[in-house]
Amino acid sequence: MGNSVGIVRAERASFEEPLAFRSGAVLPRYDLVYETYGKLNSDRSNAILICHALSGHHHVAGVYADAPKSQGWWDNMVGPGKPIDTDRFFVIGMNNLGGCHGSTGPSSIDPETGRPYGSRFPVITVEDWVESQARLADHLGITRFAAVIGGSLGGMQALQWSLAYPDRVRHVLAIASAPRLTAQNIAFNDVARNAILTDPDFHGGDYYQHNVVPTRGLRLARMLGHITYLSDDAMADKFGRELKSGQYNYGYEVEFQIESYLRYQGDKFAGLFDANTYLLMTKALDYFDPANGGDLNSAFAKARADFLVISFTTDWRFSPQRSREIVRPLLHNGRRVSYAEIASAHGHDSFLMEHPHYFDVVRAYLDNVGREVSA
Amino acid sequence: MSDRPDFAAIAAWIPEGASVLDLGCGDGSLMRYLKDARSVRGYGVEISDRDIVSCIANGVSVIQNDLDAGLADFEDGSFDFVILSQTLQAIRHTEPLIQEMLRVGREGIVSFPNFGYWKNRMQVLLGKMPVSSDLPYQWYNTPNVHLCTLNDFEEFCRSCCITVTARRVMTAGREVGLMPNLMGSTAVYRFQRGI
Repeated sequence: MGNSVGIVRAERASFEEPLAFRSGAVLPRYDLVYETYGKLNSDRSNAILICHALSGHHHVAGVYADAPKSQGWWDNMVGPGKPIDTDRFFVIGMNNLGGCHGSTGPSSIDPETGRPYGSRFPVITVEDWVESQARLADHLGITRFAAVIGGSLGGMQALQWSLAYPDRVRHVLAIASAPRLTAQNIAFNDVARNAILTDPDFHGGDYYQHNVVPTRGLRLARMLGHITYLSDDAMADKFGRELKSGQYNYGYEVEFQIESYLRYQGDKFAGLFDANTYLLMTKALDYFDPANGGDLNSAFAKARADFLVISFTTDWRFSPQRSREIVRPLLHNGRRVSYAEIASAHGHDSFLMEHPHYFDVVRAYLDNVGREVSA
Repeated sequence: MSDRPDFAAIAAWIPEGASVLDLGCGDGSLMRYLKDARSVRGYGVEISDRDIVSCIANGVSVIQNDLDAGLADFEDGSFDFVILSQTLQAIRHTEPLIQEMLRVGREGIVSFPNFGYWKNRMQVLLGKMPVSSDLPYQWYNTPNVHLCTLNDFEEFCRSCCITVTARRVMTAGREVGLMPNLMGSTAVYRFQRGI
């Protein structure tokens, strides 16, 4: 694979200063794992933070030395000469707190008890994540990001950056995101959580001690999520009504190709992901509302960054309408903002896929950012 | 400066630092021009994917939107000027959009090719739909659905209670004084809500 950042390695930073969560809980110490690509310039002005979505992590681009197929989740977007160009920018991917890919989370060992945190891990919010990301930025000596970029739940973190640290971020790219979830979206998350919470293997979140994993619940949660990330058309194109054996068997085993595909996706995910992390991530999505139920126009009055907001026409989980709800308060406050609505067939997942026009938009925007920081 | 004579005409009406919304802004060159010439703030609105990329590359803030769907994202009176440059003739719902312009902005500016220009009339007399540098399309591929003359536009404004406060008429970049509806190829109007 050409123009990749090549072989990468995850780093770990340990923080001893307690982090107070929005819920009131305090995490006395924690680790954050992250990767970086490209070089930090001399005035430390070319750093870009990539915020991940529900199932993402710090491995954004490149491959690990011992695993040639281990491409990062946004390898098509991030690399030398790519829209997020590592020849110009110092790009940071991190695993969010509460995650299950190395940063401290529910499956990590609680030093107080010597056992995994499990149910003792505090419920985390987007605001808490941004706080922890700011500490990582301090650790790396970055006082101001050239850009903070994220899709979906990652977009919410990017928006939160512009509100929590208006002077620490020049540009925010919020892709396939929303300023706050709608009732329908919260409802999907609740069904997903219920699948996990009602799995007999969940044990109130302390399944680690029982040497079991709530696989069935996590698998169902992922299957449901996956349906909402695809568009009706994309699913129809890919699977239609195709049957595995070419005929009806008049039973409840897997018959349609779509059933087989969803189960495969569910199984794959359930084998890799932690159920408690899934619960935390969906809760963070639900809670995020920069206006606390009030007026987004006044909530965004603090923002100082410039914005690029992108949506995808067939995304119904984070529809273009939701992105316009980000754009409107920015217009109200006279922020510099551009908005692109990308015609794509792939639903919410479009933000992860290679699409020439989508990539051109990001490239054109970041070209100017690159000129700004190298000037 | 610019290869479009209407740009200079528009810039002449816009004070330094004004807030501007440019509807159908294309590649953002008018906004770019107004930023350089008048330090305006504001946004372009455009529907074409390719133009969105060009605007962003030009450093022009642009909102992708179909003008025929209205300007719901923009608040009442939020701009000093709302401009519709060489786009009026391609708008389906003309009157609602002009009203939207004056809802969102304190003043409106439109420029359009004058269908009453004598060269256009000649082509029609000769039995052909006009094709020129101002109207570069064939009848079967034109995006222009609402072509009009200066007289037509002024009558439209009267019927919509819109007051024209200034007008510039040009042909090949030169001001036209005499018989503008016949001699002018392009018109630029400045208007506001009527009294």
